[in-house]
Amino acid sequence: MAFITAFRNRYQAEIDGIKAAGLFKEERYIHSPQWSEIEVEFPAGSKIKKCINICANNYLGLSSHPEVIAAAHAGLDSRGYGMSSVRFICGTQDIHRELENRLTEFLGTEDTLLFPSCMDANAGFFEACLNEQDVMIADRLVHASIVDGMRLCKAMQDTFKHSDMGHLQEKLQEHMDKRSRMIITDGVFSMDGDMAKLDEIVELAEKYDAMVFLDDSHASGFIGRTGRGTHEHCGVLGKIDVITTTLGKALGGASGGCVSGRRELVEMCRQRARPFLFSNSVAPVIVAGALKVLELITATTERRDKLEWNAQYWRGLLKDAGFDIKEGESPIVPVMLYDAKLAQDFARDLFAEGVYAIGFFFPVVPKGQARIRTQLSAAHEKHHLDFAIEAFKKVGEKHGVLGLGKKELLARAGA
Amino acid sequence: MDEITKLVRDYVIREYLEEGDEREITETTPLISGGIVDSFSMVSLKRFLEKKCNIQISDACATPDAFDTVQKIVGLVHKFQKAQPVAV
Repeated sequence: MAFITAFRNRYQAEIDGIKAAGLFKEERYIHSPQWSEIEVEFPAGSKIKKCINICANNYLGLSSHPEVIAAAHAGLDSRGYGMSSVRFICGTQDIHRELENRLTEFLGTEDTLLFPSCMDANAGFFEACLNEQDVMIADRLVHASIVDGMRLCKAMQDTFKHSDMGHLQEKLQEHMDKRSRMIITDGVFSMDGDMAKLDEIVELAEKYDAMVFLDDSHASGFIGRTGRGTHEHCGVLGKIDVITTTLGKALGGASGGCVSGRRELVEMCRQRARPFLFSNSVAPVIVAGALKVLELITATTERRDKLEWNAQYWRGLLKDAGFDIKEGESPIVPVMLYDAKLAQDFARDLFAEGVYAIGFFFPVVPKGQARIRTQLSAAHEKHHLDFAIEAFKKVGEKHGVLGLGKKELLARAGA
Repeated sequence: MDEITKLVRDYVIREYLEEGDEREITETTPLISGGIVDSFSMVSLKRFLEKKCNIQISDACATPDAFDTVQKIVGLVHKFQKAQPVAV
């Protein structure tokens, strides 16, 4: 054993530093399936509390859907629990390929490759498909997993201001000397809930011979008229060169992700993406559940329609109550508080009132941009939202934030 | 403020500050350690300097520390600047 006292002390000092900075994260133990109402043990050892969940990525309410669970059971019975192998040795089942084909149809692409997670898809894609002759130009608010993937790639890295098409155009012009340019964006940005201007991005990509990379994890299944994603919403189906997305949010919420797009890019990932090559794929039970999810959401748009209604209703309730929210169309509705401590206190008080939401602050969002991120689900009924808004109003009143705009809230936070 | 300092400072403000961001950028404002410029965006700053000042900054010298303030960046430019006049 070489974990000497000095090592232990060093790590403990770092952990203490995280606590002192108010950035320490604690898990809350959930004793029920994922749903709009959950049973939570927090802090550890406390009595279990029933509350309304308004912070899950369970957008379509399929995480614990009976038909998905039944399909997963059937998959477990017919294909077993694990594969004990990476895909290219003996870890590919017929249902892996079936799910890839169904995702290709759903996303409107040419081919798809499953990854253990979308984090892995993003971590592996760039290195597999680009090198020092190329340039990656990313929106400055893309997800952390894209940032990590870009770091692993030898292509030149550059960024453009969030959703600033003029700035993106300047960058494309600046990099015309590179062999290829890849524009990188999220579809729905996870912290603000706003959508990429994909139609304008595609127009610029066509003008400057650039490929477009889209992480649609917070959109697949519910954004767009039939839930195909941000590319459907923006009218550019079939024009996105590569889409990465997750099975860990709307599409059943278990785990797994994929790269979907031009068949040559997908094939490059099959040959070279390290998280694909050196890790087991999605377990058979999850593949079986995900196939059922796709069947359910292509049969009807009922769930995404309900989610849309819930999001609009919730936005209206928050605005009427006097909260400062980020405008948008997605089911991610950030309630802006700007102050990190206030966001933490607010979330704690909401929990006491029976509403489970989380405060987000630096480094997850920029300094001075602390918020409560609320997320709607098709599993929410109107009475859940009516209950939640009463809790928000009570806690908002306690902290004196109702009716305050950005300037007043910033002044209150001493920014 | 000399010509290079102004060039660098103006670029940093234009390139990295969002509209409405009224933070003052002085010659000693921490850019990378202060969260104004991220490590990816440093690449565009390096390319800008190389084009505008007709220099080639070696990767070994293009460290986050060397790009952390306008003052340090200007020092780096001077170090790599060749004999030819600056094309501003």
